[in-house]
Amino acid sequence: MKDYAGVMVFAEQREGRIHPVTYELLGKGREIADKLGRPLSSVLLGDQLEAEARELVYHGADRVFWYDHPVLKDPDLVNYKHNIVRLVREVNPEIFLLGATRWGRSLGARIAAALGTGLTADCTGLEVDEDGSLIQIRPAFSGNVLAQIKTSTKPQMATVRYKVMSSLPRDTHRNGEIIRKQAELIPSPLTITGKERAAEADIAEAEVIVSGGAGLKRAGDFSLLAELAELLGGTVGSSRLPVDSGWIGREHQVGFSGHTVKPKVYIACGISGSPQHLAGMRESGCIIAINSDPSAPIFKIADYGIVGDLYEVVPKLIKNIKRLKRCNS
Amino acid sequence: MRIIVPMKQVPDMRQVKFDTEKGKVDRSSAAAEINPFDLHALETAVQLKEKLGAAVTAISMGPRRAEVALRDALARGADSAVLLEDSKFAGADTLATSYTLACAIRKLGGFDLIICGEKTVDGDTGQVGPELAEHLNIPHLAYVSKLVEAGEKLVAVCDMEGEAHIVEASLPVLLMVTKDINIPRLPTFRDKAMARKAEVTIWNAEELSSFADPSRFGIEGSPTRVRKVFLPSEEGRKGKIFRNTNEEAISDVAQAILDFLG
Repeated sequence: MKDYAGVMVFAEQREGRIHPVTYELLGKGREIADKLGRPLSSVLLGDQLEAEARELVYHGADRVFWYDHPVLKDPDLVNYKHNIVRLVREVNPEIFLLGATRWGRSLGARIAAALGTGLTADCTGLEVDEDGSLIQIRPAFSGNVLAQIKTSTKPQMATVRYKVMSSLPRDTHRNGEIIRKQAELIPSPLTITGKERAAEADIAEAEVIVSGGAGLKRAGDFSLLAELAELLGGTVGSSRLPVDSGWIGREHQVGFSGHTVKPKVYIACGISGSPQHLAGMRESGCIIAINSDPSAPIFKIADYGIVGDLYEVVPKLIKNIKRLKRCNS
Repeated sequence: MRIIVPMKQVPDMRQVKFDTEKGKVDRSSAAAEINPFDLHALETAVQLKEKLGAAVTAISMGPRRAEVALRDALARGADSAVLLEDSKFAGADTLATSYTLACAIRKLGGFDLIICGEKTVDGDTGQVGPELAEHLNIPHLAYVSKLVEAGEKLVAVCDMEGEAHIVEASLPVLLMVTKDINIPRLPTFRDKAMARKAEVTIWNAEELSSFADPSRFGIEGSPTRVRKVFLPSEEGRKGKIFRNTNEEAISDVAQAILDFLG
């Protein structure tokens, strides 16, 4: 039997900043590595990111394999894949984790196919079996079911959803080794010639989301939801119908075909709760549902529900929150 | 230009039922249709065909009934269709599926573009596209929301969560397109009638054998196994439902929101 070298986490960086899902993976990876009695390593590719390599140690990595080259500044698919595949063959981790971001999913699938190993997408749970193998839990069928998956090849690869796992507190006293690796570069048939920042705030990052659905009567009524959202320091979301009607931009859409969100508070106004919508907001901290139909499925997953017309309830809610805020200040 | 569009037949997610007891998905509970994401891939291919001239081949791996989905693809503008059907292909995960598709695409001969959807509504993985590109040793562009140029050179906008990358590629390349790239057309009655009579090529494992290692097909070639399927539990939710909208109820909810936000 080959000697496997623990858990390896892909350190995703954008413009030189470590994506927070990386720290979450290191938190979970630490737990798994300790259970297996094996080391936790991380692989970081980028341009002049030595300080970031140290951050990976502070967040739980025992070893960081660090590749430093200007070509690796941008997510260069060909060179990232080539170097990570070489590293995995050399180090032989039994588990390899990436964030289920678009970049992580795209890169992870290529690495898995190149290695001829199994990859489980978008996991929301990871556990270790008695025999030391990885149990991967992920939603399937548009979030309607959860599946438990095991992989018979090594490394057992998974992409893991952002904001599901918890990162460890940053500890600058943690010891770890930073191993500088020489990147082997190959000419890439892909060139990133430009980047555009999305103008809108990313709804996936919002702490409070007030969403509207079929219960809204006209496009302008999103302003009512915006008032509530603003009061709570949040942003406006939408189910599919208002987006398809052109009432609000697609960047606001929550659900299977829109964004998956996990705010502290999610307020669903006039949303019945189709499986496709629930798939995108099921993991919110506290779910408030306002709907005039008491049999609406949204109530089944709500922490608090109000059966009533959103046009009556939302203004009252705004009034009450303002009153309570005044009392508390 | 030769364009290949891999597609999958999936149950209609608005109808499909889930057996909680057995932890199974009852595929017979819903009508089958082309994976909605794949329609955007097909539309992209058909638009390129109209603009630049191209032969579009739709390809699917699945049971014989998936022929219906391929006929639908023919009605929507594909020129030819190939179904990979064999019990040896069954039980495939994304690695085995992408491998089998790659073997069939090799058998088809040359291509310039492969265009696929960003994921399927049943598997939700989005892995088959990039894995297919890896097996064929060609680059891929993921989450393409716009094609700026598609001639000798290809320029595409890739949506990477809050950031869009403009990427240049040479052909051949695989594109994984998002729903934002276009609105798929509906087939006309005449197109549907023609597609009913069109030929769908069917290949079994044997017919791929000179391009493949059969041990990499189906369940045998699949390293991942679903051990069980279960319904998400909503335990831990308070489930406090107010059936009237009096001040007390609203005030309670307002307080709960503020408590939760600390």
